[in-house]
Amino acid sequence: MRPLPELTPENTAFWTGGAQSKLMIAFCGACDKAIHPPQVICPACQSRDVSPREVAGSGTVYSYTVNHQPWLPDMAVPFAIAVVDVDDAPGVRVTAPVTGCAPEAVMIGQRMHIAFEPSGEVWLPLWTPLEGAAA
Amino acid sequence: MKAAITGTGMSDIGRNTGRPAMLHLADAADRALARAGLTLADIDGICTYPGKADNSPGMSPLGTGEVRNALGLQTCWHAAVPDGPAQMAPIMVAAMAVMTGQARHVLCFRALTESSSQSAGRRASIPGAGRAEIGGWLSWLVPVGAMSAANWAGWMATRYFHEFGMTREHLGMVALGERQFAQMNPAAVMQKPLTMDDYLAARMISTPLGLFDCDIPIDGAAVVIVSAADAAQDCRMPPLRIEALGSALRSQETWDQRADLTTMGAHDAAIDLWSRTAFKPGDVDVLGLYDGFSIFVPLWLEALGFCGHGEAKDFIAEGQIGPGGRFPVNTGGGQMSGGRLHGFGLLHETCLQLWGDAGARQVAGAKTGVCAMGGGFIAGAMLLHRD
Repeated sequence: MRPLPELTPENTAFWTGGAQSKLMIAFCGACDKAIHPPQVICPACQSRDVSPREVAGSGTVYSYTVNHQPWLPDMAVPFAIAVVDVDDAPGVRVTAPVTGCAPEAVMIGQRMHIAFEPSGEVWLPLWTPLEGAAA
Repeated sequence: MKAAITGTGMSDIGRNTGRPAMLHLADAADRALARAGLTLADIDGICTYPGKADNSPGMSPLGTGEVRNALGLQTCWHAAVPDGPAQMAPIMVAAMAVMTGQARHVLCFRALTESSSQSAGRRASIPGAGRAEIGGWLSWLVPVGAMSAANWAGWMATRYFHEFGMTREHLGMVALGERQFAQMNPAAVMQKPLTMDDYLAARMISTPLGLFDCDIPIDGAAVVIVSAADAAQDCRMPPLRIEALGSALRSQETWDQRADLTTMGAHDAAIDLWSRTAFKPGDVDVLGLYDGFSIFVPLWLEALGFCGHGEAKDFIAEGQIGPGGRFPVNTGGGQMSGGRLHGFGLLHETCLQLWGDAGARQVAGAKTGVCAMGGGFIAGAMLLHRD
């Protein structure tokens, strides 16, 4: 069993947004900087006015790896993990496993859309390829 | 800089030794003290990375307290440094301690029993495994299936391959070079020849990194003695002057948000290092570069300016870093063939080279060495010079 994220006031929106199929990213209310991982202060302007906002849920693969090693006894391998530049949130990447295509089919520049799977109190993100789209 | 390394020592490291960590530590201390011409009574400071930690089995079985107790030390200063410029942190703060007069001879140590811990069925090197919840930067990796640093290094390598045309063969050359060095070092755990066919045929861990791109969990310990400049003059070996330290970090504490993941914290620390000295990369005779995964070696080479960004694959293919190269890297076999002592083994080897004590693999006339530890956002670098 993988450990789940500890929920905090600043990260709860991200980890529970999947219940409404929403990718929630923190933004600064003063300077509009996208802030990830989420935190209570904007690192650019020090504003305390930081709050989560829904973004489109799409993005472009910046990099990836295909994991072949079963780090836990119940881990099914291989699977791809993608590091994705998130649309509408400059500078933010969301790293998540890829579903909906063969692990070896994942490539840099590939367009992805977010999906979620529930686990305990949280909804874990997954990336799934947007068919027929390339960056 | 008014601090020096005056002694280093390593225990007989091995796989699944079953020996208590403290015995490894005591052996390493004996050897370091003998090399320095000091006794335990001379040691008045102690420092380690990260301190006693049981979240990953065998990763850090000893804290400063247990070692003080076991060795009967009476210290003026002690610290464990889990949150600093990589595994270099205890060496750095020990240097600061002797420069501020808090101590004269600081025993810095790193002890691991990951091999025995894995063999006992408690898989090591997986942060947070077995816990229900995880916080901090790991919470953005482990819950989404990126459980191992092999995954994090894997996506860095994927991006680097994509941008610069590096191939697995280039990383294979790093692994093969380290194995060739290991075969000249009786203390290295891997002594069998390694061919490119062996390297390419080994099982994949996390693309593009295979088994021989990963360092090797071992049982063992290393000790590095950091001394005040005046106290160092009384020691048996020529002092290795700490010419400069590099520890800057200019990006977030994450493994995936840095804007350019073909660079890492190493690049910030390396700029910092060279800004504090008149020495240049061309003055360096021998290098100890963190190789928890093979991809870190080209990234550190570029960070430190031994070649330009994207040029490491050619630098490696030219034979610059292997046996007989102009800039030999990890001459003891590194962590991939020597065993993972979390950077302390690399520093030990760098010091042996500067003392002319590296046996069959000695780099003739080596006087200046650079040692660099860490991967991802974790990085610390040191320039050492024998006057």
